[in-house]
Amino acid sequence: MTTTAPENLVYDRPEGFTDTPTHYCPGCTHGVAHRLVAEVLEEMGVLDKTIGVAPVGCAVFAYNYFDTDFVEAPHGRAPAMATGIKRVLPDRIVFTYQGDGDLASIGMGEIVHAAARGENLTVIFINNANYGMTGGQMAPTTLPGMKTTSSPNGRDVETQGYPIRMAEMLSTLDGAGYVVRRSLHDPKNIRLAKKAIRLAFETQARGLGFSMVELLSTCPTNWGMTPVNSLKFVEEHMVPAFPLGDYKVAAGIAQIKI
Amino acid sequence: MQKEIIIAGFGGQGVLFGGQVVAYAAMDTGKEVTWIPSYGPEMRGGTANCTVVIADDEIGSPLVKNPPLAIALNLPSFDKYEEVLAPGGTLVVNKSMVDRDAKRDDIHVIFVPCNEIAEEIGDKRLMNMVAVGALLSALPEISLKDVEKALEGHLPARHKHLLPKNYEALKRGFEAAGEPVAAG
Amino acid sequence: MTRELWKGNEAIAEASVRAGLEAYFGYPITPQTEVLEYLSRRMPELGRTFVQAESELGAINMVYGAACTGVRVMSSSSSPGVSLMMEGISYIAGTEIPAVLINVMRGGPGLGNIAPSQGDYNQAVRGGGHGDYQPIVLAPASVQEAIDLTVLSFDLAERYRSICMVILDGSVGQMMEPAQMPEMQPVQRKDWEWATNAKMGKRERRVLTSIYLDPIQEEKLNLRLIQRWKQIQANEVRYKEYFLDDAEFVIVGFGTAGRVALSAVRTARQRGIKVGLLRPITVSPFPHEVIDQLAGRVEAFLVTEMNSGQMLEDVRLAVKGRVPVEFYGRMGGVVPFTEEILHEIERITTSKLSLDENPRDAWFERMMSSR
Repeated sequence: MTTTAPENLVYDRPEGFTDTPTHYCPGCTHGVAHRLVAEVLEEMGVLDKTIGVAPVGCAVFAYNYFDTDFVEAPHGRAPAMATGIKRVLPDRIVFTYQGDGDLASIGMGEIVHAAARGENLTVIFINNANYGMTGGQMAPTTLPGMKTTSSPNGRDVETQGYPIRMAEMLSTLDGAGYVVRRSLHDPKNIRLAKKAIRLAFETQARGLGFSMVELLSTCPTNWGMTPVNSLKFVEEHMVPAFPLGDYKVAAGIAQIKI
Repeated sequence: MQKEIIIAGFGGQGVLFGGQVVAYAAMDTGKEVTWIPSYGPEMRGGTANCTVVIADDEIGSPLVKNPPLAIALNLPSFDKYEEVLAPGGTLVVNKSMVDRDAKRDDIHVIFVPCNEIAEEIGDKRLMNMVAVGALLSALPEISLKDVEKALEGHLPARHKHLLPKNYEALKRGFEAAGEPVAAG
Repeated sequence: MTRELWKGNEAIAEASVRAGLEAYFGYPITPQTEVLEYLSRRMPELGRTFVQAESELGAINMVYGAACTGVRVMSSSSSPGVSLMMEGISYIAGTEIPAVLINVMRGGPGLGNIAPSQGDYNQAVRGGGHGDYQPIVLAPASVQEAIDLTVLSFDLAERYRSICMVILDGSVGQMMEPAQMPEMQPVQRKDWEWATNAKMGKRERRVLTSIYLDPIQEEKLNLRLIQRWKQIQANEVRYKEYFLDDAEFVIVGFGTAGRVALSAVRTARQRGIKVGLLRPITVSPFPHEVIDQLAGRVEAFLVTEMNSGQMLEDVRLAVKGRVPVEFYGRMGGVVPFTEEILHEIERITTSKLSLDENPRDAWFERMMSSR
């Protein structure tokens, strides 16, 4: 990192990051999501009191990149671990960072009940429609007809079921304070995503219950696409299947000015 | 000294509490004691039993195959524990709920009309205390007074007003055990 | 000394509170549920954390999270629930953090029943979860011991950054006995050098994980765990002896099976049989040394368990084939009566025993021929 900032500095590593370069594939939006979280924590001035919970999946090494305390959860159990942490340290900021296999498949029980209990924690949910780390298998969020290494002829809804819309599902729970879906496929949506992440953490800071931001993301490597085509795929195919929007915004959160 | 007692009956007859009262009295008089229930679905309306072991030293097995002492508050318990009671042992039988005589002649069977006595006292739920009173006639290690003190010391405050009737039930049971009663 | 009549499960719950338990996470399952119920009332009234989790998986991972912050944390369950928790147990072991787990064992495998059993011995002492680790496992036989060992389990877990399990069969959980509670310890939030409780302007960031992607690093962890285990073996073995001074025959049994054996030993002694009892209190680390010494001077061992001979293998390892080791077990939730153990004592003291016979096979044949 440079110590003297050039006059025209417009982009730098956020304070919330360590110096470790990420291991993500070129064009993957994990890096963008990480950065948004780090910027929000920095802007809120809470890096010092934040504890992150990393998942099993591509973000398994998320703990290497954020300059906060971090723990690494078993597959799907991040919301349970986060519950344990937040309950004994209620003045800390606790967040999980989970993918779709982790959160919507093996960890379905943990995420639903953390939301139902209204746990005061924030969940960053990366939906890229496949199991990235294990090499692109079908996920609960894989689109109908989408080819993966475990649905080689395309997801057949007759035998392999339908995608799960987590934001909609969790928004039905009274314990959820803030549940929205955003996308990372272009700068405008990235800015909207950052605002949502900020509101999610503000929800937690104010003790208003469970908060989750679902982020539609790319997986160029496993999708077999260029990064640009991946972004187009999100816009053209994922956004229609997983509509962007605010699914649950509890009273008191809408008024928050940031 | 070691004595084992089994108390058995239908769920709701106060089997477990009857055993606990004896256990409290044993503890308060400085003895070692274990109380162990049959637990689980059995407790909900079916037959229930508990085993109480009283001893001077560290207690080994909390369960006993052939107890020297038992209370049977209903017919199935009478059938079961008359068979397994140790020779020379004493079995207190709630005469109100059995319609047969004893089969064995190598044990002492004390028939006590626990339900009727409890109703005379004015609370049919005290039937278990009547039976415990009768049992004490065969358990010289614990006196009527010990059990009364245990009740006083351990009954939750909201139940303290029931103490006099409990004492009476114990006493009436103890006395009834002394009078030979013909089986029905 | 003031003694109160305590039910085993409630005694464990209160003992954990007095040991400074800050957070409890659990799920209902018979015959353990009284621990959960008791703490659902007791913890909130003290301003401490109680959560009824969505499953045992949820519960153990809440324990994992809270344990990472360095507070005293516990869960309790019974056999099928403990199987579900094995994922978290392995992670906790791999992360080298302290946590306490109570297993009030019931008959199995599968759903089994709710009767008292010791069928989870192997699962507990061999670790149960995946990977190389050994948990500390304590086996109380009475309500007083359940209290004392629950308190001890927190100290041991912290001292060795280890999982400490307390295993008791359902009868110890359900029975009432006079027992003395320890004084209430204040909650001490120690700022452990490993705890991920946020930087709070005081230090560099910390990470707790069980991932060591580089096999050499993972092996280093494995070696570190063994090193710690050797200290545990050297310092923490506990057992209770009965009538061993002049014993020619020794029964080895833990928990309730050990208690029943005590009754049988007393009766046998009255009949002039020189038999004693060794009751392991730590079943992991196992009291190999004392059995090794006894094997040099006694005629035979009888292992008695409420399972099919799981601890038997540990006894045989310690005896090293020098004298016969015989076995008697009941399974499925059956608690042996004193008479059964007495019968076995008479058998081993009056018949010619073989060194070559597999004691488990011989026991199985006797079981099958007796029905």
